[in-house]
Amino acid sequence: MACLLEAPLRISVLSEVTATSRHYVDRLFDPDPQKVLQGVIDMKNAVIGNNKQKANLIVLGAVPRLLYLLQQGSSSSELRAECAVVLGSLAMGTENNIKSLVDCHIIPALLQGLLCPDLIFIEACLRCLRTVFISPVTPVQLLYTDPTVIPHLMSLLSRSQRTQEYITQIFSHCCKTPEHQTVLFNHGAIQNIAPLLISPSYKVRMQALKCFSVLAYENTQVSMTLVNVLVDEELLSQVFVRMMQRDQPIDMQLTAAKCLTYMCRAGAIRTDDSCIVLKTLPCLVRMCSKERLLEERVEGAETLAYLMEPDVELQRIASVTDHLVAMLADYFKYPSSVSAITDIKRLDHDLKHAHELRQAAFKLYASLGSNDEDIRKKITETENMMDRIVSGLSESSVKVRLAAVRCLHSLSRSVQQLRTSFHDHAVWKPLMKLLQNAPDEVLVMASSTLCNLLLEFSPSKEPILESGVIELLCSLTQSDSPALRVNGIWALMNMAFQADQKVKGEIVRALGTEQLFRLLSDPDSNVLMKTLGLLRNLLSTRPHIDQVMSSHGKQIMQAVTLILEGEHSIEVKEQTLCILANIADGNTAKELIMTNDDILQKIKYYMAHSNVKLQLAATFCISNLIWNEEDGSQERQDKLRELGFVDILHKLTQASDPNLCDRSDTATHTSDLSPAFLQILSSIDRQTGTNTCTLIVL
Amino acid sequence: DITPLSISLSPCINPKMAELGAGSLLLGDPAFNYQEAELNERLKRLYPAVNEDETPLPRSWSPKDKYSYIGLSQNNLRVHYKGHGKNHKDAASVRATHPIPAACGIYYFEVKIVSKGLDFLSSLLPLSPIPGWDKHSYGYHGDDGHSFCSSGTGQPYGPTFTTGDVIGCCVNLINNTCFYTKNGISLGVAFTDLPPNLYPTVGLQTPGEIVDANFGQQPFVFDIEDYMSEWRAKIHGMIARFPIGERLGEWQAVLQNMVSTYLVHHGYCATATAFARATETLIQEDQTSIKNRQRIQKLVLAGRVGEAIEATQQLYPGLLEHNPNLLFMLKCRQFVEMVNGTDSEVRCFSVRSPKSQDSYPGSPSLSPRHGATNPNLHSAGADSPTCSNGVTPPNKNKSHNKYPGVSSASSSSSSSPSSVNYSESNSTDSTKSQPHSGTSNQEETSDSEMEIEAEHYTNGVAENPSARIMNGTYKHQEILQAQDISLGNGVAGTDDSCASRQLCGGNQAATERMIQFGRELQGLNEQLCREYGKNVTHKKMLQDAFSLLAYSDPWNCPVGQQLDPMQRENICSALNSAILESQNLPKQPPLMLALGQATECVQLMARVRSGSCSFARVDNFLH
Repeated sequence: MACLLEAPLRISVLSEVTATSRHYVDRLFDPDPQKVLQGVIDMKNAVIGNNKQKANLIVLGAVPRLLYLLQQGSSSSELRAECAVVLGSLAMGTENNIKSLVDCHIIPALLQGLLCPDLIFIEACLRCLRTVFISPVTPVQLLYTDPTVIPHLMSLLSRSQRTQEYITQIFSHCCKTPEHQTVLFNHGAIQNIAPLLISPSYKVRMQALKCFSVLAYENTQVSMTLVNVLVDEELLSQVFVRMMQRDQPIDMQLTAAKCLTYMCRAGAIRTDDSCIVLKTLPCLVRMCSKERLLEERVEGAETLAYLMEPDVELQRIASVTDHLVAMLADYFKYPSSVSAITDIKRLDHDLKHAHELRQAAFKLYASLGSNDEDIRKKITETENMMDRIVSGLSESSVKVRLAAVRCLHSLSRSVQQLRTSFHDHAVWKPLMKLLQNAPDEVLVMASSTLCNLLLEFSPSKEPILESGVIELLCSLTQSDSPALRVNGIWALMNMAFQADQKVKGEIVRALGTEQLFRLLSDPDSNVLMKTLGLLRNLLSTRPHIDQVMSSHGKQIMQAVTLILEGEHSIEVKEQTLCILANIADGNTAKELIMTNDDILQKIKYYMAHSNVKLQLAATFCISNLIWNEEDGSQERQDKLRELGFVDILHKLTQASDPNLCDRSDTATHTSDLSPAFLQILSSIDRQTGTNTCTLIVL
Repeated sequence: DITPLSISLSPCINPKMAELGAGSLLLGDPAFNYQEAELNERLKRLYPAVNEDETPLPRSWSPKDKYSYIGLSQNNLRVHYKGHGKNHKDAASVRATHPIPAACGIYYFEVKIVSKGLDFLSSLLPLSPIPGWDKHSYGYHGDDGHSFCSSGTGQPYGPTFTTGDVIGCCVNLINNTCFYTKNGISLGVAFTDLPPNLYPTVGLQTPGEIVDANFGQQPFVFDIEDYMSEWRAKIHGMIARFPIGERLGEWQAVLQNMVSTYLVHHGYCATATAFARATETLIQEDQTSIKNRQRIQKLVLAGRVGEAIEATQQLYPGLLEHNPNLLFMLKCRQFVEMVNGTDSEVRCFSVRSPKSQDSYPGSPSLSPRHGATNPNLHSAGADSPTCSNGVTPPNKNKSHNKYPGVSSASSSSSSSPSSVNYSESNSTDSTKSQPHSGTSNQEETSDSEMEIEAEHYTNGVAENPSARIMNGTYKHQEILQAQDISLGNGVAGTDDSCASRQLCGGNQAATERMIQFGRELQGLNEQLCREYGKNVTHKKMLQDAFSLLAYSDPWNCPVGQQLDPMQRENICSALNSAILESQNLPKQPPLMLALGQATECVQLMARVRSGSCSFARVDNFLH
């Protein structure tokens, strides 16, 4: 075993100390059971609070012997219990101790011990198991390997307050995945643990509460069950509300608020429920106050950010609660200059939490500002806010960088901020730097933000373009992550909006037609949509259309045909028809459609489609084709009349959609060669002759 | 400041106290009475430390302290604007009837915006306020969400508010801050360093503006009690963690000493000795001294004041001579006890039992009282009438009765009441297994005499519908032997439920003795007047005592309170304190001193406007 193998290496160092320790181990092998018992008790007294002694005994092989005695049916129950107590004491030492114990297979042995009827022994085993399982070095999976363990632990919950405390603590530390949640849920965790919430023991109440918080996290099934649970004829949510009362211990308030937050996010409680608006939210805001411990402030801010993320009303309420926005500014003041001078210990503490505090504050700002323009304004007006974000983007901690860029992204949804503070603080610079080399999750956020910075009205667009962003974005479109591909192509789409020929050419060149057409067959419909959007933006203004179509016309027409034939959503088809309409606006590009009967038939088909959006887009396309000021319009009109388009247009004038009627009137009258009417309509068509597409990334 | 729709706090130059609450005009309205009761209950619960006699709580807007543009309705809770609101000069405000008492600790009120009015005025400042009203006002304005403090320039504070919103204002008198709430959500601290004596105020400036106040008439939207609970926990934590400094080590000794001195003071001799043994502490006073005091206390509490005086004079010669006031008080009490029939002089003036001086075993079981009333003591007495004392139930007395005919007559309240007395006392005798031929003989004679006396002095005694037992006919020896029990059960026999009570126990000789004693008392008073000058207290005491004789049923007369056995306790502790003082021992136990000091301190805190007194109440710590 590992612990024994280590022994020879350390013996030289420990030789002197081990002499006394060895005596304790030797006594475990005494043939007289009474002497063994006394030996274990003496060992217990020797190791309490003595980490060195604990390490010595482990090295000397006490653990396997103790486990042997513990498992031996012939051992007296007193001896077995004392062995479990000593093992529990050894586990209280360093992480290395825990590792050694786990390597000696202490977990199955102790779990086996729980089958014994003796309560004192069970409690000692549970206490030891608890200590082992709450250590980060213990693999939690060990709790689930034997399927009989969880049901047995559930049954032990009724035995005593101690079993309740230890078991719930084990559960709350070992419930890390949705699978774990399901296992515990299926074994009746909720029914078994709910009554413990009103236990007379604070420890039991607290551990039971923690259990519920890990069970409910992102789990709809658990959350939906929890809302209907009654504890002593009181709804569970009300029990949680009571636990959030201001005179309760902070730990309890915070954990109860987490439970309600998770239940709310899972859809089990409405976001406008008074227990969320008037209790949970204010409680979490209080947790962010300066009076709380740094750990509590971090947890409070993160939970609050999670609670209100999807709900603008909660964001609005939080933004006016107890000056939260200003309160968060304080999160950036650690370590404070005072603590550095006066108190080394505090400085150390501050430093340890400084990153956590900053990332929590960024997260909360991101959540607060994700929808409401006024809140965003309030955030950017907070002291040094933009500077803090900018420096956050280049911090060493990935967590802080990610949170900072999330915050920046949230604020980048504001047109006003893009025009002002974003430009003033040149946030694009650190953002670009961040994009060079970052983990995927940071890249996703950073590229999303970049999309917004590349919007036409953003003054940052120009400098970003000059910094050689196109190559970077093109490489993103080749990423394995769909989110990165979307963001890459999205940014290119925004960039191409009303861009000059040079930029468009650069995009096409950098991306390469091959990649462009690969993206048109991307399995992710978002990627497809944005690629079509890019095409549409590239194909705007007549000279550009003709130029692009002359070099890539064949492939584009092919791709368009394929998409129109394929199984795609209405939005995708609409976007594709819009591209056709843009092509139809070109001088020479028109011919690519007019000479393609297949495409013309498709357009005809969509003009009679049941979906008005598609009809409109198809009609728009025809309208561009028969535009009569241009050369050869007469021929085109004749051909289209032959193909039966005029009949359809006449039918469409009777259609109910006013927008469509208008469009179809244009087409009909154009073909009727009514010059006076056309002049009026020409202005309309100039405006909509080509259409492009930009979107703010939400 | 008053701008369109502001909720604020304002001080007052000339506080007009003692204004009537708004509700006084509408007392007939049952709904209002119900609301009033609910308001009182809520205010009591929210602000238990407030003494409304000294500092009344705001309950409505003041019809006197308002601008003419302000109209009040709905019990002065609804405010509407009736000016033209054309410019800032038309702004108007109204304040509550009373300032916020500091003893609230945390004060809260809410205002519901019923109608925002026609909003054709934008922000206008500074305003022309009514003189004396703008200085040091603190407000939160609906139009811009700014907070205004004294100067008139606003600070960005919270969101704007409008029709349908409920705006709350919480004044924390512990740290002198204030925060507002909007629809139950705290908006965070608005002001710090608030001055004392602020009034809830509301300002309006737009025609059609209507707001309703809630000073506790309805449940608040914001959970103010939750906020209070946090501060209560904070203050209690502060008290619990108060640094004790270098005296830390002595803490246990101090506490032990407090308990010990308390036990000794009240003469719990055995308990005190046991406690001292267990804690290895010393008792300052010696055993005999404690026992002596204990015995004298027992006598006073049993209503045998004459004996108590005698014992005091014997054991502490000179004490009463040096305390003529105390002696006079004792004598007055003795007179009252004579009327009561409890004093030995009227009970048995021929018998003097020397044994009484050395046959008081144990410690008094009557617990000393701290307050004005002690329901426990009272009910204990009522539950166990003399005759029972756990030995014989009252109905059994009748079967032991030597005079069944008379006894039944007494229950119909028509015959001589004294006979009831006999029957009861006789049965009591029998319960004590002390057949005493002399007793019944003597009482038999007194019975006939009493009938005459009763007619003579107090006609109508016989008609007294409430039959009571008198313990006045106990023999001395009986008392001594049944000491623990009879004293323990709330001083035997002053019980309401068993038989009728009579003047001086219904004994004519006793009555004569009483009259004579009254004359002596009068003489003593005159003598004291000559020596020390007139004493109003003495005069009053004497008057009250003599007044008892003017009523046919002294127990049910305006001054009958004097006959209550509980009245003995004051004089008992006064005597006890005097004795202790004469022995150079503290006249008050340190525990009571500490308690009194703490209580007084908390009250003082309220007067000097320290809000934390609200959550540092002494009774929170007494269980």
